[in-house]
Amino acid sequence: MTATVAVTDVPTAGRVSVARGYRFELVKMISQWRVRLLVLVCWIAPALFVAAVSQQGSLPVDTLFGRWMHATAWAGPVVVLGFSGTWALPLLTSLVAGDAFASEDRLGTWRHLLVAVRSPRRIFAAKALASLTVIVLLVAGLAISSTVGGLIAIGNHPLIGLDGHLLTPADAAGKVLLAWVCVLAPTLALAAIGLLGSVALGRSPMGLLLPAIVALTMQLAQMLPIPVAVRLALPGYAFTAWSGLFTSPAQLGPLLIGIGVSLVWAVAATALAYRLFVRRDFTNLTDDGAGRRALTGGLLPLVVLLGVSIGVVTPATGATGSGIEQEKVQQSVATAFAHLYRLQTKQLNRPDVTEAQLKATAACTKGGDQVAAQGAGNDWRCVVTWHLPDVEAAGTAVYQLDVTPDGRYVADGDGPKEVNGFFLVRTPQGDAPNPLWQFDAKLELLSATPKE
Amino acid sequence: MKKSLPATSVAGLGRMDESVAVRARGVVKSFGEVIALDGIELDVPQGQIHGLVGPNGAGKTTLLGLLLGLAVADSGTLEILGTPVGRALAAPDGVTGFVDGPGLYPSLTARQNLAALAALRGREARTAGIDDVLGEVGLTDVADDRVRGFSLGMRQRLGLAAALLTKPRLLVLDEPSNGLDPAGKKHVHGVLTRLAADGTSVVLSSHRMDDLEALCSEVTILATGRVVFSGPLSKLAAETDELGYRLLTSDPEAARRVAGETAGVRVADDIGQNAAVFVVHAMVPALDELVVRLVQAGIAVRELAPVVSPLEAAFLALTEQQESNR
Repeated sequence: MTATVAVTDVPTAGRVSVARGYRFELVKMISQWRVRLLVLVCWIAPALFVAAVSQQGSLPVDTLFGRWMHATAWAGPVVVLGFSGTWALPLLTSLVAGDAFASEDRLGTWRHLLVAVRSPRRIFAAKALASLTVIVLLVAGLAISSTVGGLIAIGNHPLIGLDGHLLTPADAAGKVLLAWVCVLAPTLALAAIGLLGSVALGRSPMGLLLPAIVALTMQLAQMLPIPVAVRLALPGYAFTAWSGLFTSPAQLGPLLIGIGVSLVWAVAATALAYRLFVRRDFTNLTDDGAGRRALTGGLLPLVVLLGVSIGVVTPATGATGSGIEQEKVQQSVATAFAHLYRLQTKQLNRPDVTEAQLKATAACTKGGDQVAAQGAGNDWRCVVTWHLPDVEAAGTAVYQLDVTPDGRYVADGDGPKEVNGFFLVRTPQGDAPNPLWQFDAKLELLSATPKE
Repeated sequence: MKKSLPATSVAGLGRMDESVAVRARGVVKSFGEVIALDGIELDVPQGQIHGLVGPNGAGKTTLLGLLLGLAVADSGTLEILGTPVGRALAAPDGVTGFVDGPGLYPSLTARQNLAALAALRGREARTAGIDDVLGEVGLTDVADDRVRGFSLGMRQRLGLAAALLTKPRLLVLDEPSNGLDPAGKKHVHGVLTRLAADGTSVVLSSHRMDDLEALCSEVTILATGRVVFSGPLSKLAAETDELGYRLLTSDPEAARRVAGETAGVRVADDIGQNAAVFVVHAMVPALDELVVRLVQAGIAVRELAPVVSPLEAAFLALTEQQESNR
């Protein structure tokens, strides 16, 4: 037999545009009770959570800005953002992007879809865009709902930043919005990994779980004392790096690198998913994409990408070690103390002093003098010294620090009682929370020299 | 295998016969080591309902997949609606259908499924058009029910309605009779017959021989990826060895005697539970002669039907022969 095929491609007038395919995919997604429920929860639950928690006596102080939820509406959305980066966004991307392709396998509708649309490329584009739309809708719901809940329950007040400086309500609103926008980048990376899992693993539950598993793995890695360059090269770093926006000056370097890495991962994982999808044989019933090809076509390139990310970020940043050094800690504690001292002064109706007048300094050690003062740990101890105008004697206060590997720390006042040793201060209006008692702050892991 | 376009194919592009819906020549399709289609030759004229028969694994679904543009042949030529199919996926416009059951979304209602499909194909969801096709397949009463609760037969009918929305010129259906009750079967047969009368070609596979005999003017029998028969059902019957027929007459005893005396007719020994019915084995001409003799003898013929349909008999004989040749 002559082995020939006619190679002329047929003009297929019935080919469906991406816009129509996108609308079709959206209709299918929104018709699922699971997606409807997610939309409802994301647009309602954060408002209820923020409103309810803000009224509680016990605040979620373990979460960034949790201790300020009773004071301003702008703490609520960032508390929800912190929670979302850990739990909600990996779960949402799993349920939406992780199911985008697998649902067709489960329903046995691939052939129907191919006959109707007549282009695997356009099907992929439509599904990816529809998943992106739903995910952005859910993220917007989380952000807007938590903000509205805070504004209704607490009101539009200034927010204390992660170096103790006071953000005006407008400034806080802008930074909260920017933080949510920044988190879209790692969310997109997870969504792309979800698409890849959905294409590569078909109806296997592993496909659905992949973004959640990757996110969990990255969180575990972030908890370990890994080098800062590796930390930044992980696609989920921006889930925590947004906190750098709330210092003055903002810690933009790590955030921008984290966003860049996340976007590279988003593009790479989407490209891999696309490659696997257009190569799939839809006439073979037993082929739902799972198997060795998924490993070689999906997982291995991501491992290579991780290696490349680390290989590029390390020399580009010049960062080595944990990024947590004695000098940075001392500078950070002194700066935050000075800002918060001014706040306490205002609370107590004392004459205002400036940070420059205070000349606050900190002397920090870690685990006693025998251990090098660097790296994460809850054994940091700082003695802060400051001066008041026209007062010769310097004031001192002690803090115990718990520094986590991502550069965040909680400073716990250890006295004297009238400065930072008690959680309340007696003001002319009555007892009020003492801003110097405990505070959260964030070290910039990348900077070689502390910023003033 | 290197794929190339021979000069003859190029020359032939200008004179494609548009009265032929499907023309396959030497089509080969393999999945790894498994050869699913091995030199398939097939002609389906416009306006014909063409049946595709074969045992499991014969290559029916693969062939239907090629017609729907879900896969491309490794070699050979395939023309659909007068247009050669290229190496890219996607069939020419005017082809639709389903393989391995219709693709429907359970979270949508029947009407929403059709509306989404209509919008997808660029035809805005025209309520009238959707109502028309739902009516044609007998699903008007459940148009606003979610497909999640539909039976297999209802899904099949909705799948057919979805195909009708696109006004096809070639309709490709894989086992469309699965799960149909008598009413559903009537609807589906009516739709397919009307489509064929309007010039639409239908290629359908089925294991239901009675359906194929009722609907198809021609059938193709596949076995292990090869065509073992293709042509009209009458030709198939003529090529078939003698068949068994159930015979019910007004006088069974006399009828048995007449049958025994008719050349080419053999009376089966097994009488079965109903003594009034007996089975004779004969070719069609001998059977005609038997009926004439019975009538001449004053014996009324109340029922004469093949125990096994000619198509089924041919199917079994041809596929068994194919198996024994392997």
